[in-house]
Amino acid sequence: MSAELDALYQEIILDHYKNPHHKGLRGDPSADGTVEVHHVNPTCGDEVTLRVHLEEADGVLRVQDVSYDAVGCSISQASTSVMTDLVIGKPVEEAMGVHEVFLTLMQGKGSVEPDEEVLEDGIAFAGVAKFPARVKCALLGWMAWKDATSQSMTTTAQGGDDD
Amino acid sequence: MDGLLPDLDVVRKDFPILGRTTVDGLPLVYLDSANTSQKPQVVIDAMVDHLERHNANVARAMHLLGAEATEAFEGGRDKVAAFIGAPERDEVIFTKNASEALNLVAQTLGLEGPHRVGPGDVVVTTEMEHHSNIVPWQMLTQRTGAELRWFTFDEAGQLDLSQVDELITERTKVVTFTWVSNMLGTVNPVAELTRRAHEVGAIVVVDASQAAPQLPIDLAAMPVEERPDVVVFTGHKVVGPTGIGVLWGRRSLLEELPPFLGGGEMIETVTMERSTYAGLPHKFEAGTPPIVEAVGLGAAVDYLAGLGMDAVHAHEQAITAYALEGLGTVPGLRVLGPLDATQRGGAISFELAGVHPHDVAQVLDVRGIAVRAGHHCARPAHAKFGVQSSTRMSSYVYTTPGEIDALVEALHYTRDYFKVG
Repeated sequence: MSAELDALYQEIILDHYKNPHHKGLRGDPSADGTVEVHHVNPTCGDEVTLRVHLEEADGVLRVQDVSYDAVGCSISQASTSVMTDLVIGKPVEEAMGVHEVFLTLMQGKGSVEPDEEVLEDGIAFAGVAKFPARVKCALLGWMAWKDATSQSMTTTAQGGDDD
Repeated sequence: MDGLLPDLDVVRKDFPILGRTTVDGLPLVYLDSANTSQKPQVVIDAMVDHLERHNANVARAMHLLGAEATEAFEGGRDKVAAFIGAPERDEVIFTKNASEALNLVAQTLGLEGPHRVGPGDVVVTTEMEHHSNIVPWQMLTQRTGAELRWFTFDEAGQLDLSQVDELITERTKVVTFTWVSNMLGTVNPVAELTRRAHEVGAIVVVDASQAAPQLPIDLAAMPVEERPDVVVFTGHKVVGPTGIGVLWGRRSLLEELPPFLGGGEMIETVTMERSTYAGLPHKFEAGTPPIVEAVGLGAAVDYLAGLGMDAVHAHEQAITAYALEGLGTVPGLRVLGPLDATQRGGAISFELAGVHPHDVAQVLDVRGIAVRAGHHCARPAHAKFGVQSSTRMSSYVYTTPGEIDALVEALHYTRDYFKVG
């Protein structure tokens, strides 16, 4: 019984839940090119406000910062924390690739072997994939990040056209 | 324990699902009855028998099965009418669910007719409603230019009735509220609010989705000035099937409201230019109705009537009092709603400091205990308590004190598991 729970609530998840990384809102959505999104899980009410700041250097668009304010369960909070660790500092293209790998893991119903090289602490969520009701929790922050990043890229591209 | 149903063991045997176990072989502790109730064998059998032996469309099939199906369907209406003490059986309209019943009223009140809600009019609801008794009225008032106002509630989960003179005025056309709150468990003063609303000529719409399963309802016995104009509830919370809801409405009101959905069954005659409409109840039942569901619902309300709604209510109160006492032993647990079992229904929402409701529900589920976690379709009410969601246990006729013990023990375990406190 406890083993089933432990498969879901890995120590890594509980650690991130108690001490979330990169939490708090940074940047200024109205001024410095930071994009802010607000995502909710309508079935349970979990919410995240998330900001993404992209920065281009040497022709590579990078995830400069991801900051957030969120309310929700341990899975959604920990997953968002792990996500920020994984994407901050990475080129956007590579970060999107990590997002894809995490999404595949979550949608695999427990059949996908997680790749620690790519997902690092994110492998702790492999057990979540066996709990269909919780997959949405684990994806809340990731989906918000993808949305904000896509919006930011669109804005950047439009900004480029104006120059 | 006083108040429990006398033959609780026998009652439990009526519900076959209670005999199953979890995947780990644990007994099932079902404490999510405010979400949907379990079904007794007699309801299942009534529906299977209808499908096996009497199935046909109703009111239009001129053959043996058609006559039997019509009789069974209309028999369901008679039973529901008796269950709520409807002054007339034709005032009972079958809908898809309680939400559709509320939408039927809210939508038709926006159409041409003597009760049409328009600019300057006020519709009053409350802050403790299920979303299904907020959103349809938002849609009505937004569409018509009327104003939506609402009663707030206090920390004890009681409506602030000091607002009554301010909210219920000559401008008020509709007053709608839940009889028993699905989140707080609060039992609202139906008679008092209805009387006040009627004094200004407002129509009173009561959501009885949580009341019908637990409280004896006798509409005909209510003084007419204290009797709501419309009462709605859903079949699946009164041990009946999903797919069927009930709208009871005062005949004179229903006759003055325009039809809701157009189609078969709700007409008298149809030409290509125009139609005339059927009388009650069929005027509001376009298309093939939920036939086997009505048969099941009839069996369901008969089952509850057999137990006796006074006995059902007493059982609910005994279990609720026992649960409130048990929950009180869990450190860091706060009940959202009234703490006096005699003043409330059987749904108890709570928060557990340091553990999110999702995580509470997950740990309980692993131990075979089914509760609901989330906003229970009552976000505004949660916001009032400064929380975004809660965990809710809700009992019913088959709930035992032992199951409450299991819940309380599992909540202690949950705190340990998440190393709280």
